[in-house]
Amino acid sequence: MRRRLDVLVCSGAACVSSHSAEVRAALAEAIEQRGLADEVRLVETGCMGPCELGPVLLVYPDGAFYIRVSPNDAVEIVEEHFLKGRPVRRLLWETPEARRIVEEKKLLPFFEKQCKIVLSNCGEIDPENIEEYIAAGGYEALGVAVSERTPQELIETIVASGLRGRGGAGFPTGLKWRFVAGEDDPVKYVVCNADEGDPGAFMDRSLLEGDPHSVLEGMAIAAYAVGAAHGYVYVRAEYPLAIKRLTRAIDQARRHGLLGNNVFETGFSFDVDVRIGAGAFVCGEETALIASIQGERGVPRTRPPYPSTAGVFGRPTLINNAETWGNIRHIIRNGAEWFAAIGIPESPGTKVFALSGKVKNTGLVEVPMGTTLRELVEGIGGGVPDGKALKAVQTGGPSGGCIPANALDTPIDYESLKSLGAIMGSGGVIVMDEDNCMVNIAKYFLEFTCDESCGKCVPCRAGTRQMLEILERITEGEGRPDDLERLQTLGETVAKTSLCGLGQSAPNPVLSTLVHFGDEYRAHIEEGCCPAKVCTALIRYEIVDEACKACDQCRRVCPVEAISGTAGTPPYRLDPEPCIRCGRCAEVCPFGAIRTATGAEEEHNVKAGGS
Amino acid sequence: MKLEDLRKIRERASKELSLRKGDARVKVVVGMGTSGIAAGARDVMATFLDEIATRNLADVMVTQTGERGLASSEPVVEVHVEGEPTVVYGLMTADRVRRVVVEHLVNGNPVTDFVIEVRT
Repeated sequence: MRRRLDVLVCSGAACVSSHSAEVRAALAEAIEQRGLADEVRLVETGCMGPCELGPVLLVYPDGAFYIRVSPNDAVEIVEEHFLKGRPVRRLLWETPEARRIVEEKKLLPFFEKQCKIVLSNCGEIDPENIEEYIAAGGYEALGVAVSERTPQELIETIVASGLRGRGGAGFPTGLKWRFVAGEDDPVKYVVCNADEGDPGAFMDRSLLEGDPHSVLEGMAIAAYAVGAAHGYVYVRAEYPLAIKRLTRAIDQARRHGLLGNNVFETGFSFDVDVRIGAGAFVCGEETALIASIQGERGVPRTRPPYPSTAGVFGRPTLINNAETWGNIRHIIRNGAEWFAAIGIPESPGTKVFALSGKVKNTGLVEVPMGTTLRELVEGIGGGVPDGKALKAVQTGGPSGGCIPANALDTPIDYESLKSLGAIMGSGGVIVMDEDNCMVNIAKYFLEFTCDESCGKCVPCRAGTRQMLEILERITEGEGRPDDLERLQTLGETVAKTSLCGLGQSAPNPVLSTLVHFGDEYRAHIEEGCCPAKVCTALIRYEIVDEACKACDQCRRVCPVEAISGTAGTPPYRLDPEPCIRCGRCAEVCPFGAIRTATGAEEEHNVKAGGS
Repeated sequence: MKLEDLRKIRERASKELSLRKGDARVKVVVGMGTSGIAAGARDVMATFLDEIATRNLADVMVTQTGERGLASSEPVVEVHVEGEPTVVYGLMTADRVRRVVVEHLVNGNPVTDFVIEVRT
């Protein structure tokens, strides 16, 4: 073996979208041409985290981290770095620091502040090669569990660890296991809920893409503990790469005798099937998910009976979220005390977050519970770009709420977030800056839940629609004085009376923004003003006379001929009547002479270069 | 598969991942600048990799670096052993590499004939 370099090519879905496959192919060709094929190995890994910077490459053993690599860079990287040992500095992350990072093997701040447990293998091993997973300690926990532990011991370990469901609600995982184990039925099931549907969330997808075996191992351990012989992974069809890697992982595990009959020659048998959902948000709700697995329409039903009593095909069923499953093997290997010591006592362990929105480093991060939102957004995320002010952080997707900037020092745990009207949720974190209109954001999320409501119960089906109509008229400048009160009452009613979690949590984005950003709602209704200048019905475009150089560019792009003037004779005129507020003129103006305004005219002084 | 079988696979497969751990006891750095390559550094590097693989020296990492300036002594190789001064060898050839591997990397005695610099 002459291998001296491992080049990890991130093949998470985000990097694939930015053409990592082409980069990989170009690298492979350049490596081949220079006769380095024996010495350099290309490894496709799962998501490494900093999706914003993709496609990314990590070169071992020197630890050089390349960002935004294009296929055209391949020859230079191979020739300069792989052959001559000179990392291509213009492509390294944080160029001024490149030397220090390469020489001292220091970690980039993005990675330094994280604590990777569930994601420990993501971006480090080849997810399509079971041997790499085994080399990284994989299936040891399952082997020890089925060979040396009793089911009772395993359940008590999970209970003692304090692990809580990572799908968002935070139910103690060990208790679920205990309930299912206590059911007297010869047929039981374990299910992995990977029906991740929140806009901006990609934790489960990244885990299944980057380390599918860790989910399977967790499920197999649970199956042994609760007495199940069959499992399902429910994943949405929108995740083709996750499905491909998971299917391959199941296949490899079967061939190695780690799934199927007589696992580890102990007489324990367990097998897993993949169930592909069509991408309905409600199917993330456990009873709807079970219905969908059974081939029925994905609608929730009343509980009890809970799935632990009557789940898939009426049998006792243990459902956990993909990230929860990813924690199991670590707890079994390292012990309950080890896990309980991470994070905070009421919420031990770590949480994976998908950081997106107005933040410098978007991507996938894992931090101990109890980390503050500020550390997450400003430390790891690098803060808001372009010198803008942070306005709010939205957690928990359409079921969650908006946390205002002044509450950024809140620790991230189930209870603290709930007290602010948000939720932990599955881990989507969307950062918003001063240019985001909170009313518009609330409307966006409500549009989503209204659309995804299955229609079974009235409060959710009709209530979210009513709320949406009110929000629509507010953003169109037609809000009525009692609209906020009406929204509040409706929201509370929908939350209280809906059948399942979808409806119960759907008003959260509205209710939380009403609490923290009530003034912004009132500005829309009372002053016809959108302070963030987002709601098109409430803004207008104006030409700043003294800044206009009469270059004629705005007039040429205006699709409705609202701008008039003669080239060379400033200023131009913009007629607000035909203007459709598409913003094209402001985009093309080289002098910043076109600005947006909102609210009553006399309040706003025209300033050159303002926006 | 039994638990012992899994552990055997792990032992074998973890060698595949050793590059990503960076916990090597010995680090061999081959100068691969243009003049190094012209003087035969590719061959030197390949011989190191072959010898290390043949002898199964799991704790040795081979990497490369650029030009250090001493073109007349190329190919230049640095050997860093944990807790010892760095030894720099010059005018390396495949035969010299084999001696360095046996005498220095395995037995711990630098091959003084080829040493051009010792850095503490």
